[in-house]
This record gives sequence, C-alpha cells and structure tokens, in this order.
Amino acid sequence: MSWVIDAQGLGKRYGGRWALKGCDLQIPSGHVVGLVGPNGAGKTTLLHLAVGLLAPTAGTLAVLGRAPAADPDQLARVGFVAQDTPTYARLTVADHLRFGRQMNPGWDDTLARQRVAELDLDLDQRAGSLSGGQRAQLALTLAVAKRPELLVLDEPVASLDPLARREFLQRLMEFVAEGEVSVVLSSHLVADLERVCDYLIVLVDSRLQLAGDVDDLLATHRRLVGPRRDPASLPSGQEVIEESHTDRQSTLLVRCDGPVLDPAWTVEELSLEDIVLAYMGQASSTRRARQALEVLS
Amino acid sequence: MIAFSWRQFRTQALIGGAGLVVLGIILLVTGPHLVSIYDTAVAQCRASGGASSDCNNPVISTYSKLQVLATALVLIVPVLIGMFWGAPLIARELETGTFRLAWTQSVSRMRWLLVKLGLVGLASAVVAGLLGLMVTWWYSPIDKVNQNRFGTAAFGLHGFVPAGYALFAFALGATTGLLFRRTLPAMAVTLVGFVVARWSVGFWIRPHFMTPVTKSFGIDPNGALGFSESVAGGSLQFMAGPPDIPNALIVSTGVVNNAGQAPTSAFLQKACPNLPGVNGPPSPVQGGQAKAALSGNGQQAFQQCITTISSKFHEVATYQPANRFWVFQTYETLLFVVASAALAGLCVWWVRRRLS
Repeated sequence: MSWVIDAQGLGKRYGGRWALKGCDLQIPSGHVVGLVGPNGAGKTTLLHLAVGLLAPTAGTLAVLGRAPAADPDQLARVGFVAQDTPTYARLTVADHLRFGRQMNPGWDDTLARQRVAELDLDLDQRAGSLSGGQRAQLALTLAVAKRPELLVLDEPVASLDPLARREFLQRLMEFVAEGEVSVVLSSHLVADLERVCDYLIVLVDSRLQLAGDVDDLLATHRRLVGPRRDPASLPSGQEVIEESHTDRQSTLLVRCDGPVLDPAWTVEELSLEDIVLAYMGQASSTRRARQALEVLS
Repeated sequence: MIAFSWRQFRTQALIGGAGLVVLGIILLVTGPHLVSIYDTAVAQCRASGGASSDCNNPVISTYSKLQVLATALVLIVPVLIGMFWGAPLIARELETGTFRLAWTQSVSRMRWLLVKLGLVGLASAVVAGLLGLMVTWWYSPIDKVNQNRFGTAAFGLHGFVPAGYALFAFALGATTGLLFRRTLPAMAVTLVGFVVARWSVGFWIRPHFMTPVTKSFGIDPNGALGFSESVAGGSLQFMAGPPDIPNALIVSTGVVNNAGQAPTSAFLQKACPNLPGVNGPPSPVQGGQAKAALSGNGQQAFQQCITTISSKFHEVATYQPANRFWVFQTYETLLFVVASAALAGLCVWWVRRRLS
C-alpha cells in the first residue's frame, strides 16, 4: 500500500506550545481528503509539514513515500494552495503563468491557459486587483498546472462568498476527475468538505481525533435513541462518542462494528457533520475534564 | 528562477538604470568643460604666478551644485539600495505570504534565495560601482585642485569602493528583512547599521589597512598652530596642523623633540611668556587669525615663541601616501564584500533552519 501521507508520532512545537502533537496518520492514495477542525486546531501546521514549509519537531513524515520538499523532484510532485491564496499583487495573471512555467519543469501550459480562459481572467490584469474568488482560482491554476500527484489546499474557500466557494470546489473536482491525483484540503466547515471529500480527518486541539473513509464513517456511526440507560451497559464493539440523557430517554452517538441488534433502540443514520461535531464535542469535553482535574490537583 | 527574479526586480532595476543614464549624460556633457577650465584658467593663473588658492577658484566654483549633487549621490545611493532593494527583497514575500507560493514550486528554497540575492546583489554593486567611477572621472579636475581624495570622507566617494558599500547595504537590508519579517523596521535598521559600519571602517579600520609611513616635518610657521590647555590636568599643549602631503591619508600628527617627547607646560610657558592662552586664561590660538589679532609686540612674541619651539621640536606625522589609494580601495571593497558574504551566509542558514 502506498501512502499519500504517512505520519508517525508527528509533532510540531512553537516555543513551548505544541501546534500538533503525537499525530499517527496514514492516508491511502487516490482520495480527496478533507481535513476539518476548529480554528487553531493545527490544520495549517499539518499541511505546512506535508508540503515542507515546516520541519517536524517530533516524529517522522513521508509524503508520497519521501521526505517533504526534499529536492526539486519532490517539490514538483506536490501542489500547494496556501491559506488566503497568496499571489504577487503587482504582477499580472500572465506573469503568474510565466512564473509557473519557469518554476516547474512539469508545467502544463495548455491546461493553465485553458483554465484561465474558462475563468474569464484578463491576462493583463494585476493579481492585486482580482476578486478573492478570482485570486483563489488563479492560485488553484498555478497548483494544478504543475501536474502534481498530490494537491494540498489550506482553507481555500474560507474567504470566498458561497457562489465563488461552489465554483472553486467545482473546478477542483473537475481537475480531480481528469486524472490520478490525491487531494488534501482543509476547512473549518464540514459543509464545504461534505460534497467533495471521500476521506475525512478531524483535528482538534493539536491532536488527531478521527481519520477514515467517509463511507466507512457513515456506515459505522449511528445515533441510538431509547429508554434511559447507562452507556456502560452497551455491548463491546459499540463505543459511545456522545451522549445526552433526559429523565426517561437516552440519546447516544456510537461507533459500532456491526449492526445494532438491541430492539430497545431506535437506530438513526447520521450525516457526516453530525459525526464530526460529535468528535469535536468529545475532544472539548475531554479538555474540559482535563482542565477541571488540573484545577482540583 | 532567474527570469522570475528579474521580473520581480525589473521596475526597480529600470529606475536605477534610468537614473544612472541621466546622471551619466549630465556628467558627460559637463565633464569636458570642467577639464578645459582646469587646463586653461588654472594653468594660466599658475604660470603667471598667482597664489594657488586663488587659481583654484574657477574649478571649485564651476558646477558647484552639480558637485554637491554628484558626491551626495555616491554617498547615499548605497544606503538607498540597501533600504529599497535589500530590505523588501525577502521581507515583502514573508509579509504578503507569497513565500509559501514560491517555496512550493519545483525550485528548492536555497536556489530561490541564492538567485534573488545574487541577481539583485550584483545589480546593486554594478549600479553603485558605475556611479562611483563616473563621478570619480567627472570629479578629477576638482581632485587635482583639492589634492584630498584620500581624506576620510572623500575616500568613500571615489573609485569602485561604492560597489562594496552598496553590496553590503543590500545584504544588510535583505538579512534584516529576513530576520524581522517586516519591511519597514528592516529599512530603519539597514539605515542605522550601514551608517555605523561605514563610519567605523572610515575612522578606525581603514587607516590601519597598511602600516602608515612615518615622517618628520619642520614646524611650518605659517601653518595652523595653537595651544590648548587640557581641562583636567591644567597642562599646556602645543599643537600644529597636519602637514601638507598631497592626496595622503593623515593617520596621526604630533609635535615632539628628538627623544619623541611632547613639549612640557613649563617649557611652553618659558618659551612663550607673553601670549594669551599661555600664561593667561586659555584661549586657543589659530595660526593665521591669531597673527592678525596680535599686533606689534604680540606678533613678534608669537614668532619668537614659534622659533624657540621649532629649535627643539618638530612635527611627526604618520600617513598613508597617495600611491596607496587604489590598494586601499581594493582592501576596503574586499572588506565589505566579505561582510556581505557573511550576511548572505546568515540568510542561507536562517532560511534553512529557522524558517521551517
């Protein structure tokens, strides 16, 4: 099995603060991977490590089987669209295409020109005067026209309006559909990722909470509603992620390996967002518990 | 990578190049005129026995504003290069986040850094070097008159050493921009750092590039002479102005006897009993002015005083002679080039280790 990203105990510390800690992650190739988590969870750190902008403080990381940004060859295999889609404000769209061509031996100029034409970008317009959506599209064009094996996008749609957001993701998916490319994109909104991703990673508080195939996640998570009972009495193979109780009724969000057979439960299917939110909630309640313990001790 | 670095730098390069061309044309047009004034007016005046200071006036007063402008440009262009080419070079990319775009193309960030530093650094040295040589050529009649191009301030405005200054200012700007990650503070630090470096080298390091020549001179009764009383000890000192050595860099001067000792207070008070500032309250006397102020007896007393001092004491000067000018230009340029290379090395280390 070849991994797009293979991290073992990966960590990155800034001064005394761990931006990412103890991350074990193996992402198979050929997926569109959504990286989701609240702001400040370490998403950008993980992506910057993957493209070699940062070096790990702890652990190991291989991207497409090699150390990130090890040499020009490895750099050519990974395309990156950074947060806020930086471009050279004073250079024109045409200058940016020339930049891409001069900086990348594998540059696909036909693809780049075609995309720019489809987007109705004026070649002589300076990047600084493009709209946010156009700038993001230009940055995406630069990243895809180098023909990478892995495309990494850091919150590419965060600053876009809903229409530009949809158009951006649509263009991204067109590119993915064309060829053999793996994609990792991050967002703090599950809704953005739900439409495009088939693999999901949840990062909360610098730690990996969840990683898996979207279909598997949907198949193995269920909401159980039934008469009130102690979650500890569930059979093995059912792990409670989130629970809420009224006097008479319990609502549990569980991960289960097989079907739920207990007739006392009403079993409901979950949306991806439900699952993600449950894991995020679990992380924050763990943190609250940890903080409470620290206060007590 | 080179093509793209050039594209980023193009506008600045064109501004620098255009400025150089405009100044070059002005100097080319006016330069021969300055030479002809020197050749005719000054030569004729000297041939007919005029005092050299009067003869020099036509050259010194011609294009006096352009003289100031040209030398001022040689003085400030290096630091402007440091502030406007060096400081934003990396800082702007860090500020706007475009380094994340640049560093994720198929070019290693070391190559990105070295090409940027190399290209703009080379342009900096070329622009300032050409400027320095152009102005030196244009200024040559004035230098013939002034005989002072080795002077502490004048040295840096001549020859090719401005290329070294500009390279250093550029490297300093680029490095501080990289360390601070912001353009504006980097510009300020570059300005201050460059002035300090240039000043320190001019005053403390340059005079010692080679062992200076030591030579004795008789005390010139018409030169700048004076007494001073040190505030602390109350002891009296006799001072003579630097000897007139054309185009030399004077390192030190002193009035001493054959045993190498300076005249003592007691000796001076005995030799010059009636001079103001010697036995009375301190008031330093400058040669020419002092003589004019002293009338009759005073004038005579001053002459006697100088004669008495001259009989036992002479002036010793250490200096770098005129023929070392280009050697010193080379040494100082190399010094700044080496310092620039060290800064570039710091940039490489920082980009490799700290920005990851």
